[in-house]
Amino acid sequence: MDAELLLHLYRQMVLIRRFEEAAAKAYTQGKIRGFLHLYIGQEAVAVGALSAAAQTDYVVATYREHAHYLARTGDTRGAMAELFGKATGCAGGRGGSMHFYSAADRFLGGWAIVGGHVPIAAGVAFASKYRGEPDVTLCFFGDGTANMGAFHEGLALASVWRLPVVFICENNQYAMGTPLYRTLTVEDVAVRARGYPMECAIVNGDDVLEMREATRQAVERARKGGVPFFLEAKTYRFRGHSMADPAKYRTKEEVQQWRNRDPIMLLGQRIEALGIATPERLKELDAEAVAEVQDAVAFADASPEPEPDSVMRHVYVD
Amino acid sequence: MSTEPRTLAFREALREAMVEEMERDGSIFLMGEEVGHYNGAYKVSEGMLERFGERRVVDTPIAEAGFAGVGIGAAMVGLRPIIEFMTWNFSLVAYDQLVSNAAKLRYMSNGQFTLPIVFRGPGGAAHGVAAQHSQALESIYAHIPGLKVVVPATPADAKGLLKAAIRDDNPVLFMESELMYGMKGPVPEGEHVVPLGVADTKRPGRDVTIVTWGKMLHVSLAAAAQLAEEGIEAEVIDLRSIRPLDAEAVFASIRKTHRCVIVQEGWPFAGVAAEIAARIVEHVFDELDHPPVRVTSLDVPHPYAKNLEALVLPDAARVSATVREIVPHRGG
Repeated sequence: MDAELLLHLYRQMVLIRRFEEAAAKAYTQGKIRGFLHLYIGQEAVAVGALSAAAQTDYVVATYREHAHYLARTGDTRGAMAELFGKATGCAGGRGGSMHFYSAADRFLGGWAIVGGHVPIAAGVAFASKYRGEPDVTLCFFGDGTANMGAFHEGLALASVWRLPVVFICENNQYAMGTPLYRTLTVEDVAVRARGYPMECAIVNGDDVLEMREATRQAVERARKGGVPFFLEAKTYRFRGHSMADPAKYRTKEEVQQWRNRDPIMLLGQRIEALGIATPERLKELDAEAVAEVQDAVAFADASPEPEPDSVMRHVYVD
Repeated sequence: MSTEPRTLAFREALREAMVEEMERDGSIFLMGEEVGHYNGAYKVSEGMLERFGERRVVDTPIAEAGFAGVGIGAAMVGLRPIIEFMTWNFSLVAYDQLVSNAAKLRYMSNGQFTLPIVFRGPGGAAHGVAAQHSQALESIYAHIPGLKVVVPATPADAKGLLKAAIRDDNPVLFMESELMYGMKGPVPEGEHVVPLGVADTKRPGRDVTIVTWGKMLHVSLAAAAQLAEEGIEAEVIDLRSIRPLDAEAVFASIRKTHRCVIVQEGWPFAGVAAEIAARIVEHVFDELDHPPVRVTSLDVPHPYAKNLEALVLPDAARVSATVREIVPHRGG
């Protein structure tokens, strides 16, 4: 087992959790406005998946995308400043929590209408194929997307045109407050994809190494085979759908069950069992993550608001 | 030496624009239902598959939301798609792609992405295709900042405006008309680009300004010809593009005529004609000898029966009658 890799994954996952916790705090302080969808509990999915993709592969994500952005870019300051609505944010304060972008890092959003970005991801992959480039597009979405028309159209086109895109369904069991069993007639979202047909795999999304390996295989299949792949990661969000949601539709027992497979805890236990790091060393890594997030909060606090003069800029290309 | 310009049908002019641009730039491709092997539902893309192959002339399933989104994704990373809607009526199932995604990407990414994409196809009423296939949707789309909306009325403008739309780095919605695809007119060969946002005076006149676009240009010109026989000289302004809007051309004409009729296919409520009337009142109110007046489709879903359909759409008689109401009677 690659010790450096495990520690790297651990760092990223802890950083994401501490980032989200700091964001939740800043939200209650009124520093972050609007909707804030936290990723706490799902960290292994984004971190595992993106660790398996090339830095040149494209990422298209949803409104719950802080983690994917951080895992791809490492830009903690730009992310926090965006949440704070500051000019130094990764979208200049125009996007907010749901619309993170980094063209330079091939991080293509940040899309907040459920399902709408699935055809877009297929289009990015279409462009790669059109130009004969080897890049794969990773498209993340939740289980709630599986009933949207755009989801099905995106999958259908990716399949019929053999586009190199890996669809990653983060099945966290709830479409906002509605459990999956009330809205989906199949237990696994992947069943829906199989009919297109599309190669599928269902993985434990709380096991970062399983997530990484499954994504590695999917990306390789897409890159070399020129076909789409559908990956369903079973996971759970520990918090509500957004900060406005106290998540009273779930029992304490259910939440506890999933907390018992907390992806960060699981990875920490593995690292310790393998003798890669002591509990004390992991605590140090955690403290480093906290410090990085604190720095990002300070940076965001100190950053200027967007220039009022800029409000009309970027509606069109000048 | 001047040579007589060639004559092309409207659909041929559109095709020539696409072919010339695709020859020039390999990142441009055409995608839509029946554009390839079927040679286009209305034969606009006839022969293009043979010329460019399946890589660049891409037949799609019936999945407007899907292929509109594919176009947006491809444009995000540098291709220049032309997405054909078989008609603009079907764009409504891709409305979220156009409004939530295409219109907003550049702004919400703080200018990190450009979206050089054209959505095109016929809009408005044809003959007897009833309510779901007869909608003029430019008012709905022109409402949205981040989109450009272009409506050509002549074969020459069709070519020149489409070339400009393809070269534009913004999402451009290009609205043609099934009823005009066979219309013939002179079209310059080769490099003929009509900039977006520049209106064109299609007929000069001193007594009243008729502002219009698209298919209604020809209704307005017919009305102007009738009125001329009665001694009323109408100036007919073809907007050509709705967004950006050449309001200054409208104002300049009104400073001359002091009266204005706006002719629009489509519903009156919150429509483009209402926007133009509002701008006229805001900017050149003192020049007006009469409030601006609209001639639009009736405020109903489009009926099938021939006589009812004729009632709903503006025609030359309705335009002429409206002009007569606001222009003082001359002589005889």
